[in-house]
Amino acid sequence: MTPPPKPTSSFPWLILPPAGVLIVLFGVPLLLVLAVSFASRGTYGGVEWALTFANYTSIADPLYLRIFWRSLWLAVATTAICLVMGFPLAYVIARAPKRWQGLLLFLVIIPFWTNFLVRTYAWMFILRTEGLLNQALLSAGLIHEPLNILFTDWAVLIGLVYGYLPFMVLPLYAALERLDRSLVEAAWDLYARPVQVFTKVVLPLSRPGVIAGCVLVFIPSLGAYVTPDLLGGARTMMVGNLIQHQYLVVRDWPFGSALSFVLMAGVLAAVLYYLRAGGARSLT
Amino acid sequence: MKTGRWLIAAGVADLFFLYLPIAILIVFSFNASKLSARWQGFSLQWYAKLFTNQALLAATLNSLAIAVLSTVLAGLLGVLTAVALERRPFRGQAAFEACLLLPIVIPEIMMGVAMLLFFVMIKLPLSLVTMTIAHTVFNFPVVALIVRARLRKLDPRLEEAARDLGATPWIAFKRVTLPLLMPGIVGALLMAFTLSLDDFIISFFTAGVGSTTLPIKVYGMLKSAVTPEVNALSAILVLVSMALVAAATWVQRK
Repeated sequence: MTPPPKPTSSFPWLILPPAGVLIVLFGVPLLLVLAVSFASRGTYGGVEWALTFANYTSIADPLYLRIFWRSLWLAVATTAICLVMGFPLAYVIARAPKRWQGLLLFLVIIPFWTNFLVRTYAWMFILRTEGLLNQALLSAGLIHEPLNILFTDWAVLIGLVYGYLPFMVLPLYAALERLDRSLVEAAWDLYARPVQVFTKVVLPLSRPGVIAGCVLVFIPSLGAYVTPDLLGGARTMMVGNLIQHQYLVVRDWPFGSALSFVLMAGVLAAVLYYLRAGGARSLT
Repeated sequence: MKTGRWLIAAGVADLFFLYLPIAILIVFSFNASKLSARWQGFSLQWYAKLFTNQALLAATLNSLAIAVLSTVLAGLLGVLTAVALERRPFRGQAAFEACLLLPIVIPEIMMGVAMLLFFVMIKLPLSLVTMTIAHTVFNFPVVALIVRARLRKLDPRLEEAARDLGATPWIAFKRVTLPLLMPGIVGALLMAFTLSLDDFIISFFTAGVGSTTLPIKVYGMLKSAVTPEVNALSAILVLVSMALVAAATWVQRK
């Protein structure tokens, strides 16, 4: 590797167009959401520029708090399940012969680039009352009447885990692939039990990957919209659905904006935790 | 040390978990039954029905138009970003890089809401134009990341040699760096095209009357009565994405 060039004194013209696009078409819209969250709702659903904190205080309503709470526990549960499920797969890929690794990674990446709506629909198809799962369980004699899984929190949880598992596997693989095998072998030679090898050697050494994976799964799960909308019922709303409802149905944009910023705060907290844990280094 | 058997079993189970639902969907798109949960023989009737659906055809054309345009724009901006970051370091670059990741990291619903609000405030009617702008914004950082990774692996001395031989910076870039970057750029464009084609949430918020895209159409079908046609359409969408990603991975192998 050659050393990177030093910052030049000349004006950075090249970065101007992308920086302009990022500021005008992304930064300004986000700031608009922040500004509108302190405005009030106009009579016909527009925005009236009267400074108020009412949008934030009304989030304290138990109805909305329950939705935030559900989003939080679903996001945490999704992250935990993805970690437990993703670890073995990432480990197997990292330990596979080099010529297999590319193919296996490709297999993990493909679903991630596949239409999210379609992947969610696949679970509607499987989980519904007259769906495949119930048919299989009924004909196997394991149940006597169909289970109602679709339109419950369980269906949402399955959908979220299914949707974001690749986000966990990829950074875990990156960390495990770099893990020095001789350290694991040393642990075995010193008669560590399998659990000890895992908790004392593998897990601490793959920490950056674990943190990156957890953050990458937690953020989209917390802000999920499609999964709870299609797999959940009217009673399994998450923050994403509440925001969409306020924006497109109730047309209370200030309240919707305030909800968005509370969600954003959750996202930023996760990102900050990631940066403080030294996660940024693990990605480059 | 050998990888434990139960570990391999768990890994294989994960792959089954990832692929089984998609496989089931594709298999059942060929099912003759209208009730669609029981296999009643092979049939192509749902595909045939799709191709006579005019509204679906219009949505497909909208999707393609947005995907092509936003991919071209994201490509230009993304390559420019990658080159600037890698070859022309500037003050405040670290902060810019963090901001560049934001469109990728924040929940899509936040971006959808922000874009909707922005377009309404500047009084730009929601249409194919607003959707193309929104897609460009979420796509160009993706292109920038992929192209930059490629650029980082190139030896900067190649371009310097061209400069020493009297090439202008632009000629040196065009004749030396750009051809070497091409596999990365083509791969990134295919990825951006896929993301645009598959996007639902941001499109949903920035779509106007008459600018329905394929995913918005699919969503509408899923929310009303689910017919076997959805399975056929889903199967096509899945296979198109897979083909695009396979192509993107393949061109980048060189």
